[in-house]
Amino acid sequence: MVSIAEPIAKPASRYRFILDRRDVLGSIMVAPAILYVLLLVGLPFLLAVYYSVSAYTIYDPSWRFVGLSNFRQIVNNPVFQETLANTFLFTFGSQLLGLVLGKFGALLLMRPFPGRKIVRALIILPWAVPIALATVAWEWMFDSLYSVINWTLISLGIITRSEAPNWLGNPHLAMLCVIVVNAWRFFPFAVVIFLAGITSIPQDVIDAATVDGAGFWRRNYQIILPMIMPIVAVGLIFGIVFTFTDLSVVFLLTNGGPVGATSVLGFEGFQVGIVSGDVSHGAAISLFMLPVLFFVVIGMLRFIRRREI
Amino acid sequence: MRRTFLNIAGGGAFYSAVAAFVVLTAFPFYWMLITSLKSNPDLYNITNIPFWFNEAPTFEHFQYLFQQTQFARWLLNSLIIGLCVVAITLVCALPAGYSLARMAGRSGEALGIGIFLTYLVPPTLLFLPLSRIVASLGLQNSMWSLVLVYPTFTIPFCTWLLMGFFKAMPVEIEEAAIVDGCSLFGAFVRMVLPLSLPAILTAVIFTFTLTLQEFVYALTFISASAQKPVTLGVATDLVRGDIFFWGEIMAGALIASIPVAIAYNLFLDRFISGITGGAVK
Repeated sequence: MVSIAEPIAKPASRYRFILDRRDVLGSIMVAPAILYVLLLVGLPFLLAVYYSVSAYTIYDPSWRFVGLSNFRQIVNNPVFQETLANTFLFTFGSQLLGLVLGKFGALLLMRPFPGRKIVRALIILPWAVPIALATVAWEWMFDSLYSVINWTLISLGIITRSEAPNWLGNPHLAMLCVIVVNAWRFFPFAVVIFLAGITSIPQDVIDAATVDGAGFWRRNYQIILPMIMPIVAVGLIFGIVFTFTDLSVVFLLTNGGPVGATSVLGFEGFQVGIVSGDVSHGAAISLFMLPVLFFVVIGMLRFIRRREI
Repeated sequence: MRRTFLNIAGGGAFYSAVAAFVVLTAFPFYWMLITSLKSNPDLYNITNIPFWFNEAPTFEHFQYLFQQTQFARWLLNSLIIGLCVVAITLVCALPAGYSLARMAGRSGEALGIGIFLTYLVPPTLLFLPLSRIVASLGLQNSMWSLVLVYPTFTIPFCTWLLMGFFKAMPVEIEEAAIVDGCSLFGAFVRMVLPLSLPAILTAVIFTFTLTLQEFVYALTFISASAQKPVTLGVATDLVRGDIFFWGEIMAGALIASIPVAIAYNLFLDRFISGITGGAVK
């Protein structure tokens, strides 16, 4: 299809020397991407830091420096303390549930069986489909009156209609719901990660262990799991970062309620910074994500590097 | 005898587990489908069996969606946004990925990891300053703000993806072209790019699905109905006060989900072949 390039007959242009210098051309070619990222990620990031130490609102866009007082006010606010606790519960609850489900899913998909391709395609769905659309489907399934879950429980005789739970109206159940929906969204990703890791292990390692008398559990937890740890760590970085900072599930499913029971950092930053227009406090709330993200990423990267050596 | 019984029992347990997983992942989508085809009296009767039609299925929700709401407009917006972001991403990520793959030593590697890490900077950290930037550019309430902002996460990801692909490509291809009289850049355009079509296709599909899945920036920047992308429109615009138009919401969610689901499943295999399948072995 592709033929070897024909010799070029025309005389070399004036700029030809630029295009022949590997280092110069390399810098020119990488420049647009770096510029885009610097201007629309780096610059806004610095702005966010500055907003958080100023008195900036959309009604009074002043750049007055106020030091750390925004942070002081936030930390002393019990609503924010609850939000911070919610964020950790939400993140680690859904990651744990997602990992367990992902491991089981990968275990099932490892074995060849008729229709595996279709099953795999169906299991990928929650990760593939836009989360906002999947979340509204869940919202309808959790509906206070027409919930299909309640209908099923009632017809199975497990509960009566009068004691049917109001999933999104009860603070504890609402938290459970956002965790479940988020775990549901991420576990297919964990399945793919586990599968990619497991298929990268040479079969003779597993065979050797089997010959040496390692049973199913021993093989799984003492040989396979340690060997796929680096790739699982990468998956966890993504899972934690995207869950810790997300607001779409909470925004659509519970809108932070009931009475703040499911409010998370991203959602609170949106409410304060965009809805109320208090940009400085919103930015300060958002910046609370930063140390956690930083430690997660650094820790995981170090862990991976150590495993590779 | 005992052995075959155990085998059958084991097989049964295995398939039950598979079935349970499929129900868990796919039920919400079945629920979209069945809700979108049910008539309202059927939908809002708590004594009806919810899993199947108690009255004749109807297309009235789909009709309403296309005739009485801006759904078609939202689909078009998403398409325009996606295409523009794909163009910007390719223009930036293709040369960047190539440059980083061929850059000698640690600087190329460090720069590559640096670009990739920006993919992990979350929208919820940046939406406040970006919303001010978008406003000062006069793009608030316009879908062009999304065209401007979405490349911030598609460029890092595609650069990383393409970098891996270019690294797997043998340098001899360019060297042969240079011997034949191409400039270095000419070798990239005439030899490397045509051989990279599978990787470019992967990047295009990935970029497009990422723009369709994004929600936070769209929610922050856009409140005018006519400018919304499809995910935001379906999730926020089909609610009037306290009344949810469930049939329409589910119909809209279903229509917007199907192409992404298909593209993603195609992309999974493409993704693997894009990374492992070099042009010349």
